[in-house]
This record gives sequence, structure tokens and C-alpha cells, in this order.
Amino acid sequence: MKRLLRQLLPFASLLALIVLLAALEPEKFLTGSNFLNVLRRSSVNGIIALGMTAIIISGGIDLSVGSLLALAGMVGALVIQAAGPEWGALAGTFAGIGAGALCGLVNGLVITRLGLPPFIITLGSMSVFRGVAYVMHDGQPYNVPDYRFLGEGVVFGIPVSVILFVALALLAFLALRYTRLGRYTYAIGSNRDAAFHAGVRIERSLLALYALTGTLAGIAAMIGTSRTVSAQPTAGIGMELDVIAAVVIGGASLSGGSGTILGTVIGTLLIAFLRNGCTLLGISTNVQLIVIGVIIVAAVALDKAAQRRKA
Amino acid sequence: MSETPQATPMALRMVGISKSFGPVQVLREVGLEVRPATVHALCGENGAGKSTLMKVLAGVHRSDQGRIEIGGRARDFKQPADAIAAGVAMIYQELDLAEDLSVAENVFLGAEPRRFGFALDLRACVAATAALIRENGFKLDPGARVGNLSTGDCQLVEILKALRKKASILAMDEPTSSLSQPEAKRLFEVVRELRRRGIAIIYISHRLEEVEALADEVSVLRDGRVVYSGPMAQTPISAVVAHMVGRELSDYYPAHAARPGEVRLSVEGLSTAAGLRGIRFELRAGEVVGLAGLVGAGRTELARALFGIDRPTEGTLRLSGRPYSPANPCEAIAERVGFLTEDRKRTGLCLGLPCGWNITLPSLPRFTRAGFLSLAREQRAAASFGEKVRVKWGGPGDPASSLSGGNQQKLLLARWLLSDVELLIVDEPTRGVDVGAKREIYQLLHELAASGRAVLFISSELPELLGVTDRILVMRRGRMVGGFATRDATPESIMQLAAVDGKAPAPLP
Ligand SMILES: Nc1ncnc2c1ncn2[C@@H]1O[C@H](COP(=O)(O)OP(=O)(O)OP(=O)(O)O)[C@@H](O)[C@H]1O
Ligand SMILES: [Mg+2]
Repeated sequence: MKRLLRQLLPFASLLALIVLLAALEPEKFLTGSNFLNVLRRSSVNGIIALGMTAIIISGGIDLSVGSLLALAGMVGALVIQAAGPEWGALAGTFAGIGAGALCGLVNGLVITRLGLPPFIITLGSMSVFRGVAYVMHDGQPYNVPDYRFLGEGVVFGIPVSVILFVALALLAFLALRYTRLGRYTYAIGSNRDAAFHAGVRIERSLLALYALTGTLAGIAAMIGTSRTVSAQPTAGIGMELDVIAAVVIGGASLSGGSGTILGTVIGTLLIAFLRNGCTLLGISTNVQLIVIGVIIVAAVALDKAAQRRKA
Repeated sequence: MSETPQATPMALRMVGISKSFGPVQVLREVGLEVRPATVHALCGENGAGKSTLMKVLAGVHRSDQGRIEIGGRARDFKQPADAIAAGVAMIYQELDLAEDLSVAENVFLGAEPRRFGFALDLRACVAATAALIRENGFKLDPGARVGNLSTGDCQLVEILKALRKKASILAMDEPTSSLSQPEAKRLFEVVRELRRRGIAIIYISHRLEEVEALADEVSVLRDGRVVYSGPMAQTPISAVVAHMVGRELSDYYPAHAARPGEVRLSVEGLSTAAGLRGIRFELRAGEVVGLAGLVGAGRTELARALFGIDRPTEGTLRLSGRPYSPANPCEAIAERVGFLTEDRKRTGLCLGLPCGWNITLPSLPRFTRAGFLSLAREQRAAASFGEKVRVKWGGPGDPASSLSGGNQQKLLLARWLLSDVELLIVDEPTRGVDVGAKREIYQLLHELAASGRAVLFISSELPELLGVTDRILVMRRGRMVGGFATRDATPESIMQLAAVDGKAPAPLP
């Protein structure tokens, strides 16, 4: 019951926003192509937010996802170019995802081995990954003009990236709810010492979470690379904030132990529709920043207030 | 205590207090009157509403109905600060001090003396705290970091906080539940001294012998109602118990005949960096073995070594004859060893998560098929084991934080009963549990033994050890110094072994 109520708040805001936009700009907003467009744009952030949700539930945070995305994209694009037209797309896609997984694994290893706060470690790796992405090609992008399927491909009228987002969200939902790793994630975030004394393998679980998030960021990187048919070393700057915001708007607590995939998906869509609405209404991207910032604080404040009333 | 004449107002009157959490009514028109300079005991089963009533008094919860009068004046507490201003101080069941701050800083937290209106005057803090400590005859260093203090000293810090605020009413919610005996004795002296100074003390405890020794008056809560209130001198403990549980309880410790079987655990020359030295003993299937010793004797350290938390530096462990060297709790559990820890808030429960999840956490592999959890089976198991230990809850989906202290303790017991381990180590398992429920826990531990499990029972309460176990082992300063068959043991013989600084350890039975 209570949990339902907490879920309802972001969902209701999302609905309200859609209704509002539909009323203000019915011709431009209420079209199938606009909706698909919003979904397609939210897929990159959304896929990363799935992993971020688990990390935040475990009481951690990953600030490096934006840089990781850039690095994975660069590696993927490099391999696409190097492997030639026949196998390049396939090899590059897997190379990019693999690079993401590897970076995530490194994050996880350093965090568990050094026992330092994830905030500090990923603040560092954020800088390192970005640096490597720049160094790889002297700050230049890799262009991959024929790499189009992930970004522009359409299956049964639905963009491939949207299908991927939905499928991965479903998987993440199942993993958090129906696997031991999912349950351990909540336990670690709620009380790490208690989880340890109940037999939870803390390090192994955290390692898995950071590696999985890296993998998801790798997938997102290849979608992004495909959309712009190039890999930019500047990709994903500031993205970590959008992703964390989506998770938090979705009801997760930064102190760990709570959060859901459904909430995060709603949070991601909320931000995406907000952006879309602002654009349709002719509000500049600079003002959008202000609007989104205010919404984040309001959402979290509302959520806190609702919690307090129940206590 | 003689009847106080009408003229002196009650220190505290709570009238018709009702409080619900959602659909659950926890307090029903509760009335409580406490005279100045008395110790008023508040008794009741787990979940009866004692802590909730105190939180209403402290302004943490707002009551739905009823009123509070302090020193004859009606008061309305909207927040804790209001209650503090009216002279109410609380020592909660779960202490909440700032661990990283010093004693003095904690005592003056929120009311630090300031210089020039803003700069924190730490020296004045320390001086004032030192004065308070001296006045009250405590032994405490005002500059010590609170995180390094024992639980007993932390309680003194809480009391200093109350004294600093010039409280006229001090409510103590199970202050002795995690104290050693000497610490508890010292606390009683402090409480008596506070009473002499005219402070009204509300004292909640499940240790009824303390209540008998300390209280002037006693009130009993049952299911959120006050069912009895009267002077302690005219109320035998058996009557308090009868009011609490609504029926007479006979033989407190259930009968139990051990039938020791094969050796489950054998420990040979175990030493650890945490201070264990050459520990040697055996546990057999079907036995409940007590582990006695003073605070710091190494009982919890022994449990930690057996559970894979601390690695042995020397010695060998065998489980049912096979070598046993767990590297972490996960491996210990896989070898079917369980450990119910003594600090339920820190190392026991994930308070923010559902009760059911807390119960099944170590047993999840059993509910996993092809990598996926069967939530339905898990939920059923959690519900049935919750019922088995009689947790008072709405259901396994409730967050653990919504349970009363004693019921949280029962969750931990349910967890380890469900885990189906062959060797269960329990560290102070009845902490904060009411009399009736204690008996049920003893019964459950006996059933566990009767089904061929071995139970290692750590407790600071000698009567409990003497009543429940088959054998008692005694530790002192990291060594195993002796043991008795329980029928041959007396509190004196145990304490002598635990305390005396003898040289040669007595032979083990
Ligand atoms: N925040 C809350 N939300 C929902 N229910 C609550 C909450 N706090 C307490 N309760 C319920 O109120 C009842 C009384 O709890 P309370 O903590 O007052 O019991 P208690 O008498 O102090 O018990 P114990 O001896 O175990 O400490 C319990 O059934 C508990 O589950
Ligand atoms: Mg209580």
C-alpha cells in the first residue's frame, strides 16, 4: 500500500506533465513520432539509469558513467573502423560493450579492494576515463558513417533503441526482484553490517553491480555512437547528474536501501518529456536547466514529506 | 512510599492518550500519573505500547487524543524540543549519541555555550560537563570520544544530557538491556540518586527483578491499555506478570532433558588476533551449552571466530568430524552454522526492509530455482516462522522498523530457526524480550537441541544460563577457564571462575 503510494507520486507527475503538454501543444506534442522521438532520446540515459538504480539502492553511487560512456563509444568506434565494413559493426558493438564492462569492473574492484567510498573512487575514474577517451584520438571523434542500426534502426515500426531500453528495463526489474543479487543489493544498502552477518557476500555483490552498470553504459554508448554516427570524446559530459536525478525522482534514496526500476523508468521519462515540452514550447535549453533543477528538488522534497506524514 | 498529599502536584499526568499508526491502534486511552521523586516502572509485553507512550511524552509522536500535564500545567508537545523545554528527558531503547563527538559535545549538543554569540566555546563545554560529572560522582572523561565508550558509559552521557537540561521527568526505555551486571548496578545507584533529588523517573524494563528492586510504583500496559497501576510494595512480581500476559505463568524455565549425541563442533587450541588464547572445547548434538563470562571475556569474539568473521591465528576447528575453516559468514552458513548477534540494530536487522526479507536473508539459496527466487514460497516461509516465534506484526511485508524492540529480536530468532543450521550460536538472544516470550524462546532452543542441533548460548544473565542450558563453559580474558554440568553449577561458582585471576585453568568436563 505505502510502497504503491510512493510509486504513484512520480507516475502522477509524469501523467500530469503529459496532459499539460497535450493541452498546450496538441498538434506538435500528441503525435506518434514525437512520442517515439522522446522515447528514443531517453533510451541512452534510461539504460544507464537502470544500473545506477541498483548502485544507489546498494548505498553507492557511480559518477563515472558519463566518461565511461565516452570511452566505451571511442573503443567501439575504433574497432568498427579497424575491423572493416563486413564485421566492423558487430565487432565494434561488442568491443564497446566489453570496454564498458571492463571499466565498470575496474570501478568495482577499486571500490571493494580499497574499501573507499564509491563517491570518491568514481569521481577519480570519471576523470581517468574521460582522459583516456581524449587521448585515444587526440581529442578527435571517430566517424563511423555506416554504423546506423542501433541508433536509427526500426523493427515493426519501433526504434531498436527503444526496444533495447524496454527489454533491459524488464531484465533489470526481474533481476532486482527475483534474484539473490537483487535482494542482497537492498540488504547491503539498508544495513551493510547486518547483511554481512546474514551471509551476504558484500564485495562480490558490489563488484557485480558496478560491472553490470559499466556494461549497460557500454550498450548505451553504442546506441549513442550509432545515433550520431560518430564517437565523441566529449560525449556524456554531465550525464551522470541526469541519470542520478532520474533515479532519485523515481523514489530511490541516496542513503541506500530503497528504489525501484519502475520508478527510475518513470523518472527518466519525466525528464525526457520535460525537455521535449520545453523545446516544443520554445523554452531555451539554458532555461530548461533551471526548470529541471527545480523539478528535481521539488520531487525529492515531496517524496520526503510523504514519507514523514506516514511515519 | 506513603501517600503524597493532594497539595503536591503530580510531576506528570497523561490522560486518555490514544495513538494509531495507520489502521493499527497502539495506545487506547492510556492514563499515567507519576509523582515527583519516585521511580515509576512501566511494564508490558513486547508491542504493548510502552515505547510509543514514551515517544508521545517526548514529543516524537503526536497522540490522536488525550492530554499531558507536567507539574500541574497542561502541555501540548508538537516536537521533541517542546518536551525538552518542559523538562522531559528521554533515554531511548536505542541510544542515539553522536559517536564522533566527545562526551562534553554530546552533553551540550544543540545548546553549546557560545562566545561572542556564535563561536563554539568548547572549553566552557568541557568545564561545565566536568562539573556535572563531579557533582554526580560519575567516572567519565568529558573529552573522551563517545564512540569509544562502553554502553554503560554512553548511558551516563545520556543521563548527563538530561541533568544538563534540568529535566524534572526522566524516562528510561530498557536502559539495562545491554549493560553488564556491574554497569547495571552502577546505573541503579544513579537512578536512586536522581530520585533523591526529586526527579520523577519512568523506568521501562523486562527484567522484573530490577523493577522490584528499584520501583516505587508500577503500571502495566497490555495491548495499549493500562490494566494495572499501583504501589510496588503491594504488588508481587507474579501479579505484574499476570497482568502483563493476562494469565498466570508457571515454571519459568521449561524442563529439558539433554540427550547428547555425536560431537558437532570441536575446537582445538583456537587463538585469534581479537584476543582468544588456546580455546579448547566440544559441542555435541542435542546440547544447549551456555557460555558465561564477564564483559570482555571473549565470548562474542569466540562466536565471531566460529562464524568466519575473525580468522584463527592458531588452532583447528572441526564440524561433525570434518575440518571447518570458514573465511566469511557466507561459508559458515553454507556449513550450516548460524550466529544470532547481540546488537540487532547494528549487526542484526535491515530495519528499512520488510520483516519477511529479514527473516529469509541467510536462507535465500533455498528459495532459488534456476537463479530465480520464488517469492511466494519465501513469503510463506517467512510468515510461518514469524508465527512460530509469535512476532506481533501486520505481516511479513511490514518494514522491520515498525516492530517494537522485542519483536525485532524475535525476527532474528525466526531468521535462524528458518535457516535450519546444525550449530546455532546465540548471543544474548532474549535482550529486550518480555517474560512470556523469553520462555517461548527457551522452549524453541530446546526443541532445536531435541532435533539434534547444537546450541551455544551466550548470556550475561546467570539465571537464564542456569535455567536453560545443559552445560556451562566459563571464559575469562580470552581463555576457556572451566566448565560445569549445569546441575552442579551455582551463580557463585560461575562468578568465581569468571572473575578470579587464577593461574591454572580448571579442567573441562
Ligand atoms: N512507526 C510505527 N509504525 C507502525 N507501527 C508501529 C510503529 N511504531 C510502533 N508500532 C507498533 O506499535 C506497537 C507498540 O510498539 P512499542 O514499541 O510501543 O512496544 P513496546 O511496548 O515498547 O514493546 P517492546 O517491549 O518490545 O519494546 C507494536 O505493535 C508496533 O509494531
Ligand atoms: Mg519498546
